[in-house]
Amino acid sequence: MNLPIYLDYQATTPVDPRVLEAMMPFFTNAFGNAASRNHSFGWSAEGAVQQAREDIASLIGASPKEIVFTSGSTEGINLAIKGVAEMYASKGKHIITSQAEHKAVLDTCKHLEKLGHPVTYLVPDSTGRISVEAVAEAMREDTVLVTVMWANNEVGTLNPIREIGALCHEKGVLFFTDGTQACGKVPVDVEADNVDLMCLSAHKIYGPKGVGCLYVRRRKPRVRLVAQIDGGGHERGMRSGTLNVPGIVGLGKACAICRDELDESMQRLGSLRDHLEARITSELDFVHLNGNKEHRLPGNSNLSFPYVEGESLLMGISDIAVSSGSACTSASLEPSHVLRSMQVGDDLAHSSIRFGIGRFTTKEEVDYAADKVIEAVRRLRAMSPLYEMAQEGIDLASVNWQAEH
Amino acid sequence: MAYSDKVLDHYSNPRNVGSLDKGSKDVGTGVVGAPECGDVMKLQIQVEGDRIVDAKFKTFGCGSAIASSSLATEWIKGKTLDEAEKIKNTEIVEELSLPPVKIHCSVLAEDAIKAAISDFKNKKASA
Repeated sequence: MNLPIYLDYQATTPVDPRVLEAMMPFFTNAFGNAASRNHSFGWSAEGAVQQAREDIASLIGASPKEIVFTSGSTEGINLAIKGVAEMYASKGKHIITSQAEHKAVLDTCKHLEKLGHPVTYLVPDSTGRISVEAVAEAMREDTVLVTVMWANNEVGTLNPIREIGALCHEKGVLFFTDGTQACGKVPVDVEADNVDLMCLSAHKIYGPKGVGCLYVRRRKPRVRLVAQIDGGGHERGMRSGTLNVPGIVGLGKACAICRDELDESMQRLGSLRDHLEARITSELDFVHLNGNKEHRLPGNSNLSFPYVEGESLLMGISDIAVSSGSACTSASLEPSHVLRSMQVGDDLAHSSIRFGIGRFTTKEEVDYAADKVIEAVRRLRAMSPLYEMAQEGIDLASVNWQAEH
Repeated sequence: MAYSDKVLDHYSNPRNVGSLDKGSKDVGTGVVGAPECGDVMKLQIQVEGDRIVDAKFKTFGCGSAIASSSLATEWIKGKTLDEAEKIKNTEIVEELSLPPVKIHCSVLAEDAIKAAISDFKNKKASA
């Protein structure tokens, strides 16, 4: 076992060697521009891109013609939301989203608000889930787009996408979902799940950074977008720019592997995750699960360790790479907006750690991480005034804290 | 963020962790910060005459907060109340090489010293 151990698979993933191998020829010998129609260099690049479209489409239940390549999910999100808002502005301007979305969605929506598009930010339940009822209640005459993520990047909660999509189709409203964390990790079928637009990103699924795609439905309904990057009219006019052929080949291969190994990986990651949680909760008291135990990504575990501050815990497990919902790690003093939207108290948010388990995680690594976490939490609780107070039976919420920091 | 060696040392080997009998008339207790802000420091002093003969702390907070309070107990031990009261947060910042985003940790440590001294003085005045 090599240290440090990587348990931050929701942040990014290493490129799978099989993916890298598939990409390599397209940097050197097969370097052609996929838009070159007059020679074999162009044809072979175009052929490889076509194969990638097919592999991606088959992972998500789409048709290859519905895939628009992008630089990643942030671009896909911008193109979907701004592209729809601009195209359908004469029909209506209202957008529905949720407070637990990724910043790429929230900041895009804020941008549109400034341009006069009213936006409703739904509050998720305490597990981070958006209900179809909440979406239905927020619908207005002028609603043109609903954007709710498939799986949350921090807590791993899965939203009822099929139901929200059905509601949107019934109401004639377009439905975009950020599929970045879900695609390749849980079953995704844009037809059965009633999705009109969905983005995904290669580097979250063992592909390279800097490439992703946007699924754009072509029939029932045919979704139209205003391009956000103008140029040579590539990607059916929706996204100009020379295609990143090696990246696209990598994305395609990454999707093909995820598709072929989906069932096995869900089972394996789920059982490693359960093992990690069982080890930790059997040896530490007051551990709190952030998220939804039932509707959750298999490789995600977001736990709060009350009475211990997240950053100090990260210091104590410095040879394990994880993420904290504590804000002390950044310049802002605000803890995670996702945990806040779930009404997780700021004290619990400050003590939260996200463990991300992935394709190359071993049981040995999970056990090592569990040992380290247990040891660090015990040590820090021994020096925590809050743990002492809790054991004395003092209700921390009733204390009149003297704080201005 | 990279931590200074001194912060790492205090974090790994904190000095004077523990609690004193807060009911004792010779003990002053200061609790500052709040859980929702991500840091709470409890600093206690045991006083003989006007001299601090022992100091203990417990801290919920980041590594810099733990180091700041650990350093504070180290510094105030053996000092008179007047001397301890004069410790400035900037001295803690300098000693631990704290970056700007962690200055609030040193402020909290200074506040904790003052709160403990004030608690002791109040106890004495009302005794």
